[in-house]
Amino acid sequence: MNPAVLVRKLGLALLAPLIAVVAAMIVTSGVLVVAGASIGDFWSVIFSAPSGRNWTNIVNQSSMIFLAALAASIGFRMNLFNIGIEGQYTLASYTAALVAGLALFPGKLNVLAALLIAMGVGGVWAGIAGILKVTRGVSEVISTIMLNAIAGGIVGYLISNYGEQFGQGRRTTPIPEGSSFDGWALFGDNSGEVWSLVLLAVLAGVGVSFLINRTRFGFDLRATGLNEDAAVASGVNVKKMVVVSMLLSGGIAGLIWMPALFNGADYYGPPFQRLLGFTGIAVALLGRNRPIGIFFGAVLFAWLSEQANPLSLIADISPSVVQITQGVVVLTVVIAYEVVRRWSASAEQRSLRNAEAST
Amino acid sequence: MSGNGIEVRGVTKRFPGVVANADVNITIRPATVHALIGENGAGKSTLMKILYGVQRPDEGTISIDGKPVSFSSPTDAIRAGIGMVFQHFMLADNLTVLENVVLGAERLYGIGDRAREEIERISDTYGFALEPDTLVEELGVGERQRVEILKVLYRGAQIIILDEPTAVLVPQEVDSLFANLRELRSSGHTLLFISHKLDEVLAIADDITVMRRGRTVGEADPATTTKRALAELMVGSELPSPQTEESTVTDTVLLSLVDVNLVDLRGRHLLRDINVSIHRGEILGIAGVEGNGQAELVESIMGMRKATGSITLAGQSLAEWGTRERREAGIGFIPEDRHRHGLLLDAPLWENRMLGHQTRAPSSRNGLIDQGATKADTERIVRDYDVRTPSVGTRARALSGGNQQKLIVGREMSGDPILLIASHPTRGVDVGAQAAIWDHIKRARREGLAVLLISADLDELIGLSDRIDVILRGELVGEFDPQDVTPQQLGTAMTGGRESA
Repeated sequence: MNPAVLVRKLGLALLAPLIAVVAAMIVTSGVLVVAGASIGDFWSVIFSAPSGRNWTNIVNQSSMIFLAALAASIGFRMNLFNIGIEGQYTLASYTAALVAGLALFPGKLNVLAALLIAMGVGGVWAGIAGILKVTRGVSEVISTIMLNAIAGGIVGYLISNYGEQFGQGRRTTPIPEGSSFDGWALFGDNSGEVWSLVLLAVLAGVGVSFLINRTRFGFDLRATGLNEDAAVASGVNVKKMVVVSMLLSGGIAGLIWMPALFNGADYYGPPFQRLLGFTGIAVALLGRNRPIGIFFGAVLFAWLSEQANPLSLIADISPSVVQITQGVVVLTVVIAYEVVRRWSASAEQRSLRNAEAST
Repeated sequence: MSGNGIEVRGVTKRFPGVVANADVNITIRPATVHALIGENGAGKSTLMKILYGVQRPDEGTISIDGKPVSFSSPTDAIRAGIGMVFQHFMLADNLTVLENVVLGAERLYGIGDRAREEIERISDTYGFALEPDTLVEELGVGERQRVEILKVLYRGAQIIILDEPTAVLVPQEVDSLFANLRELRSSGHTLLFISHKLDEVLAIADDITVMRRGRTVGEADPATTTKRALAELMVGSELPSPQTEESTVTDTVLLSLVDVNLVDLRGRHLLRDINVSIHRGEILGIAGVEGNGQAELVESIMGMRKATGSITLAGQSLAEWGTRERREAGIGFIPEDRHRHGLLLDAPLWENRMLGHQTRAPSSRNGLIDQGATKADTERIVRDYDVRTPSVGTRARALSGGNQQKLIVGREMSGDPILLIASHPTRGVDVGAQAAIWDHIKRARREGLAVLLISADLDELIGLSDRIDVILRGELVGEFDPQDVTPQQLGTAMTGGRESA
């Protein structure tokens, strides 16, 4: 591929998200005006240089959002809407924390066991929806939403009946000291630690990217997503693919909260961070289901959420306003991608005419 | 009656990067059947859309009855007395003829008795033989087409554009359509008949205009011109023929179907007691009106549907095998609907090369995609099968139908197939690609492949096949020798007129 083509492709890839971000800024500003807040204050807080502690939080949050979006993207690549990431990682996080708390294995082996269990539980929970879909034709959208509710109920029941008392609430037994990581103080002293298991997100990203783009399984998965009928005619067993990708999607979902667990959270209890599953769906859309795109989307979302924290203090604006920004980004990016897609399609048509004319 | 003539002068229409119509000039005399012919992609559809107000020309004028007109929507065109009969019917199956006709035109004659009277009047005047209260789902293809024509007449059309109206009809139905068209002409209607079937054009048209590469390149008088002359105008070269050479049929049975049945959920037989075999080096043609089990037959052989009975390929039972194993065993498959079953439109050509071959070299090795080898092999297909594309990285969607089809044929002929299933292999491709595809099928036969050819083009079937079976309502109802069968005889068998020859 020659450099000019590469630059154009890169430009096209960046154009849509850029349009989306700009549109989101305009809409957010509009909302601020209506609410009578200061636009200047808002954006200066959002775009102020993050402190070391802010940076740490952005990186840590990004890793969880990234894993959640990665999980969603696997399903999306074959038109499978796994809306149940929330339930999958809730159940997986609880189970993994419970098992790690039992300290069945010594030291870091305990972490590995917990990670495997988290992936297993997440996978099975998503797999239920997959099996319902291929055997009974139940839409995975409906079943995964239902499974979210059930997962929440089960975890709530178990924790309140079998969890140990801790302050006002209940929690799982904290993991043994030898099973947690220290993290790295990348952004200076007293700025908190970047979680060691952020690497897990990097690994998962590379792994999924390789699986989807370089393996036969990935080709079958993408083919199914692009044109299911053609995939069937080419010999893809779509039922098997549905179940396997749900297992995979759920398995990745199971990992979402693991970086937090082994870097200070220590137990499953009231501080557990919810709603990452839904954030992940939005970020997967924003990143076009590509690991690289998802990475930038996750950082953007983490940045916005983190930088919004001091809003009420400094500018007397509710931090929730950034949720509007986040929502609008996702909406506009869908439109912007389509516009750019049409534009590049007609560019391709043009180059085709040229090729035909010259033969 | 005069005054329904159309004058098209210097019409030009550009789309991003392509000129679809360039300086198009047509004079359509009132109360005539005017045929517009040309290959796919010659610009007929664009001109049609301009005449029907779907698109506006960038340059040029259109006048009706000497008065310049300008349409910004089909509503304007209908108001000016232009009606359009699309190739794909736009009818609601679960509504009656009356309801379908009235839908969207309720203001003309209401929805009750006045509308019914008007429909009956039109039907009687032109010999349509349609009952207002029949459900459309009970009608055959020819009758549905008459409903479409009735729809435009009901809306007061004096000028009717018919887009490839015979594409979906068997020869007998074509005859009755032509009888209807002659009635319409003698009552003063002007008809623009778009087609690329030259026999039909010569049979019905009063005037002929030929388009090529977006331009009107010539006019012909059907009384004096020949098919050959028309074809040469259309393509600028000689008309290819699908004639096969001497027989290469052997006695080795390659594919054999015994008592194959396929029943749908409601217990209806989609395929009933199919017994057929194809030998190495033989082309078996299947003739039939679309929807009589051809697709089901193909999908059963491919393992996409689970039929009962036995299917064996080179002595090996396929019963336990899925589609993938069957393809790996050497079945090449050119699907009837290439967009639906044959391509990933938004994927590059080289990825499309892998489709159906993803488990084999050069596509993959040890479960990993071999990009380098696949791209190299795609280059080979592009070269050998004359696929016009800037690169193998171009998305399949950007290619014309003919080039997409050539890629599919090239792909399916790769990987040493022993059986080639070709469903409507030349549908919607231009004459040049058609000739190339015929050559490839003939070559497959020479190389000892067994070929199952399904086609709606009876000339193609007769020209290529060693044997023709007729399929009707899921049953094979007669076998013909292509040496001495006419399209009319096949047409009779296809519609259940008379069994076997």
